[in-house]
Amino acid sequence: IQLDFWLAPRGLGLPVDVRVPFRSLQAVKAHLEAAGVSYSIMIKDVQALLDEEQTEMRHRSRQLPLSTNTFNYEAYHTIDEIYSFMDMLVDENPNLVSKLEIGRSTENRPLYVLKFSTGGTNRPAIWIDTGIHSREWVTQASGVWFAKKIVQDHANNEGVASILETMDIFLEIVTNPDGFAFTHTTNRMWRKTRSKNSGSICVGVDPNRNWDAGFGDAGASANPCSETYHGPYPNSEPEVKSIVDFVKSHGNIKAFVSIHSYSQLLLYPYGYTNTPAPNAQELHEVSAKAVAALSSLYGTKFQYGSIITTIYRASGSTIDWTYNQGIKYSFTFELRDTGRYGFLLPAKQIVPTAEETWLALKVIMEHARDNMY
Amino acid sequence: RAMELPPSHFPAARAAAVAVGYLRYLRGGPGRGLQLRELRRARRQDIDDVGHKYYLELELEDVLDKDRTVSCTAEVLYPLGSQTSAPDVQVTVQGELRSTEEADQEFYNRIRSLQKELVAENIPDSHGNVPPELEPIHLLAWVASGYVIWQNSTENTNFHLAQVKHVQQVKRSDEDLQFDYVVLLHEMVSQEVLPWEVTVLWHPRRGARVSRS
Repeated sequence: IQLDFWLAPRGLGLPVDVRVPFRSLQAVKAHLEAAGVSYSIMIKDVQALLDEEQTEMRHRSRQLPLSTNTFNYEAYHTIDEIYSFMDMLVDENPNLVSKLEIGRSTENRPLYVLKFSTGGTNRPAIWIDTGIHSREWVTQASGVWFAKKIVQDHANNEGVASILETMDIFLEIVTNPDGFAFTHTTNRMWRKTRSKNSGSICVGVDPNRNWDAGFGDAGASANPCSETYHGPYPNSEPEVKSIVDFVKSHGNIKAFVSIHSYSQLLLYPYGYTNTPAPNAQELHEVSAKAVAALSSLYGTKFQYGSIITTIYRASGSTIDWTYNQGIKYSFTFELRDTGRYGFLLPAKQIVPTAEETWLALKVIMEHARDNMY
Repeated sequence: RAMELPPSHFPAARAAAVAVGYLRYLRGGPGRGLQLRELRRARRQDIDDVGHKYYLELELEDVLDKDRTVSCTAEVLYPLGSQTSAPDVQVTVQGELRSTEEADQEFYNRIRSLQKELVAENIPDSHGNVPPELEPIHLLAWVASGYVIWQNSTENTNFHLAQVKHVQQVKRSDEDLQFDYVVLLHEMVSQEVLPWEVTVLWHPRRGARVSRS
């Protein structure tokens, strides 16, 4: 019969637990009933339970890495996975990294910013954001890589470790979480926020047209159904307002970089006007240096220039606002590629993209540090 | 009379996208995916009562043969005031493109021998993956979208193929292969991603012919 006792017989009146193979079930039941021994079924199907546990374990090993060292940087992740990565990074490096909630999205998702600081009070700072346009997946993925890279550089006392001696770095990885969740569940090509537009069936505002710099001018759309809809008024989007509030209350941000894809461009203000930015010459030179550094790694070619001359007129865009706030070193990146895969950049290009972009970011950060204002 | 344009700036880039679309339509196939490696030079000429003409010097590469580049010159004429007329494109390719005869024949035989009509979706998928056996279908979509891009471009548009949403093979009684595509085109100025239905007929020796469904 092959009975397997999990709680062996110990004495009269004491319970016994036994696993019965399926083919012996009828015989055992009949025997117990005939002998007047009462029984109850604790687990109906042990195999099913084991199978479920196996699946769970496999799932867990894929979805929940135990540390940022086992996290898979070469894959695209969900919002939960990225938020869990952030928590692990903070746990592992409590003296360097902290997580700030700067607001909530339209659908009430937390807007998290990682702060990297070795101390001081309100040090001059660098801001980097990724994923403001949710379909640009290589940017959030690069943001995750940047976060780990900052921690590694600091631990090895190389790279940006020297920048962290005198400056803080703020990194918002999932700048548009509602849009990002939507690209996972429903529409991979979603760009905007997910706010409802009164009087329209169309959803969402372009968060890169919602800033208070030339708001509503040519270079954005007044149509809620458009991908470049500027929204009902500046900072109508909590995703934008939270950054505006943060920047204003911090008051000491010296470099601001907003990261997009695709097109392989490094851009500086302005997008809303043809008037050159007062220090356009300097920004152009920094861009040249940054792009050369980027290209040195894998030969990836970037073009650079002001937004309006290089791609198109765009009003209400992020770095036009930050620049007008006095953040002299305001830049936007458009990462890989130039159209072969576009938004659907193969995951195996995430790390090379992040690595080369990081070299350009370092040029910008070092320039800000060395040209304090 | 022709004004020099910075090749890194958008007016030149848009004209180049039209030239590349046109060239993909003419010379692309399941075994050849042409893409722009570098725009070397661009000039613009405004022709009274006719339109704006761009003179381009381009360096192209075949994604299946990236060690080589091919130089080419193109003229793209956007007709004045017309939103309904396709730009006029002339392209001259310098030198030879790598032969795809063998790959084309192999693809042709493989599809012809399929029991069930080929159907596929989301090429590439969300993570950028293209299964190797679907790469020729992907490249044929470049041919199809190249035609649509050429036909629908203006000085204010810059189209790229974002994704093949759906492709359905339709078996034919003649010798052509037929694929009905739904392609998503990303237009960079408006940032819209819009679906287009395109039908491609293809034959190893006759090449591609595109029609809209």
